[in-house]
Amino acid sequence: MAIVAKTSRFGKYGRPTLAWVVGLFFFFPIFWMVLTSFKTDADAVKPEHLIFFKPTFDNYINMTENYDYWRFAKNSVITAVMATVFTLFVGIPCAYAMAFNPSRATKDVLMWMLSTKMLPAAAVLYPMTFITKSAGLFDTHFLIILVLSLINMPIVIWMLFTYFKEIPKDIIEAGQMDGANTWGEIKEILIPLAWGGIASTALLCFIFCWNEAYWTVRLTTTDAATLSKLIEGNRAPEGLFFGRLSAVSAAAVGPIVVLGWFCQKQLVQGLTFGAVK
Amino acid sequence: MGRIVLKNVTKTFGETQVIPPLDLTIEDGEFAVFVGPSGCGKSTLLRMIAGLEDLTSGAIEIEGEDATDVPPAKRGLAMVFQSYALYPHMSVRKNIGFPLRMAKMEQPEIDERVETAAKSLNLMDYLDRKPADLSGGQRQRVAIGRAIVREPEAFLFDEPLSNLDAALRVGMRLEIGELHERLKTTMIYVTHDQVEAMTMANKIVVLRAGVIEQVGSPLELYHKPRNVFVAGFIGSPKMNIFSGTEAEKMGAATIGIRPEHTGVSMTDGMWKGRVGVAEHLGSDTFIHVHDTGLADMITVRITGDIAVKHGDTIYLTPQADQIHKFDAQGLRI
Repeated sequence: MAIVAKTSRFGKYGRPTLAWVVGLFFFFPIFWMVLTSFKTDADAVKPEHLIFFKPTFDNYINMTENYDYWRFAKNSVITAVMATVFTLFVGIPCAYAMAFNPSRATKDVLMWMLSTKMLPAAAVLYPMTFITKSAGLFDTHFLIILVLSLINMPIVIWMLFTYFKEIPKDIIEAGQMDGANTWGEIKEILIPLAWGGIASTALLCFIFCWNEAYWTVRLTTTDAATLSKLIEGNRAPEGLFFGRLSAVSAAAVGPIVVLGWFCQKQLVQGLTFGAVK
Repeated sequence: MGRIVLKNVTKTFGETQVIPPLDLTIEDGEFAVFVGPSGCGKSTLLRMIAGLEDLTSGAIEIEGEDATDVPPAKRGLAMVFQSYALYPHMSVRKNIGFPLRMAKMEQPEIDERVETAAKSLNLMDYLDRKPADLSGGQRQRVAIGRAIVREPEAFLFDEPLSNLDAALRVGMRLEIGELHERLKTTMIYVTHDQVEAMTMANKIVVLRAGVIEQVGSPLELYHKPRNVFVAGFIGSPKMNIFSGTEAEKMGAATIGIRPEHTGVSMTDGMWKGRVGVAEHLGSDTFIHVHDTGLADMITVRITGDIAVKHGDTIYLTPQADQIHKFDAQGLRI
């Protein structure tokens, strides 16, 4: 009889169980937040109403009627979409140049770009606030789009660079020989071939932009304020109203969680790409 | 129209000089083959002509115009890559039509030219397939189709047949040869396979370490190799080359004799040896002879079949007028 590899007991039962435990552990805060959003502020802090309570939509009604949820949501959509578009618009040619026409400095430039992510944001808070206020950019969509683009640019270029490196150089060179100019190569060859990678990079960039809170909270007041600012604003001075805060948070993360759920395959591919090579 | 002139071109990667100063002219309509062992700089040289690799110094002229700083897209050359480099997301039709689309040609004219090229390459049934659905030979044809639709000044081939199996390679070799006869366009072809070089070229450029060892027609290289390297590289099986007293007797430092220019006898001859392996091909027999005192092994090629086996004593006699003599520097005397 042929000798075949046997699945261990851990592999059969233990591993799936462990996966479920870890999954539920990470999912629990979201579950708890959604649950709390349907409780009154009074019920929210009562341990006996942890699971069993009388659900209410008051928090959501209150949020849309009194806190102008849709304006914040609109700002989040505008800034996240525009920042993603702008980041890709700049990032694709950058990554293209570094992947197919590398110079001796390419590796250093990539490392330098990544190193900017290591700078604590708080370190530049004062100059950023001062400069944006003096330039009259404070609390504008333009500023938030610019900031979101710049903070995501390094990771986007890194990801795109990794995807583009997978495309055989011969194909790009064939494009050059066939008379394509740089834009032609990008449009006709690079983008169609790296479409999956570009889409998952765009998705991640959009999620990062949507979730960004440090700068969007500090560089906006009303006009360009995003959902992060709405959550921050509901951290009321009179104490935490858990029901209300949970509703606002659920409504803020909801769209992105749904988007992430539908695109999880691309996201996982995007995050692990290059990791196995 | 495609006379290509390389003037004193050099290429350096970091500290390493891959191509020392080199001059070469490829005449209009010529089929030039760059041949040499791996790493001899032949592909680099081709890529420099294509414009895919910058020159460190020197100049390239195409059809009398300086093309040194002209980007690849504007040189009017078409290239066929070893990996075919087809666009995987485009159908065969779109692949072949791509250069025309880049040249902003009208769609009806693109369609017409694509169909003409496809007909000549037997690709009509595959026009709507993607490259992934084609065999190696068909992919190679598509790559050639993409090159010919543009009617380029010259075709550049970078080891185009090395990914094909032996039978297909022979067929494609003939097709490329016929293509050259039909179009009469300049072709530059890079290969490490001297059989391809010998069968296809009007002009062979033998390269070693970026240096041109000899330029000439296939038969010139075969009959009058300029040095020991070319003598050993051109011809299959390889020329037997040896030094020592036997060479000195003939007034040379080194002598070479091709396997097909050596006579064989079981009774008497100039050199005595012992049969190692005899390869019977039917049309020919290759006998590998040891213990001759000349070199570790001497290969002999006999037309037809001969009954020899391992361990037999054998006598070899070279054809006197086919002995190649070289001096101490390895140059032909």
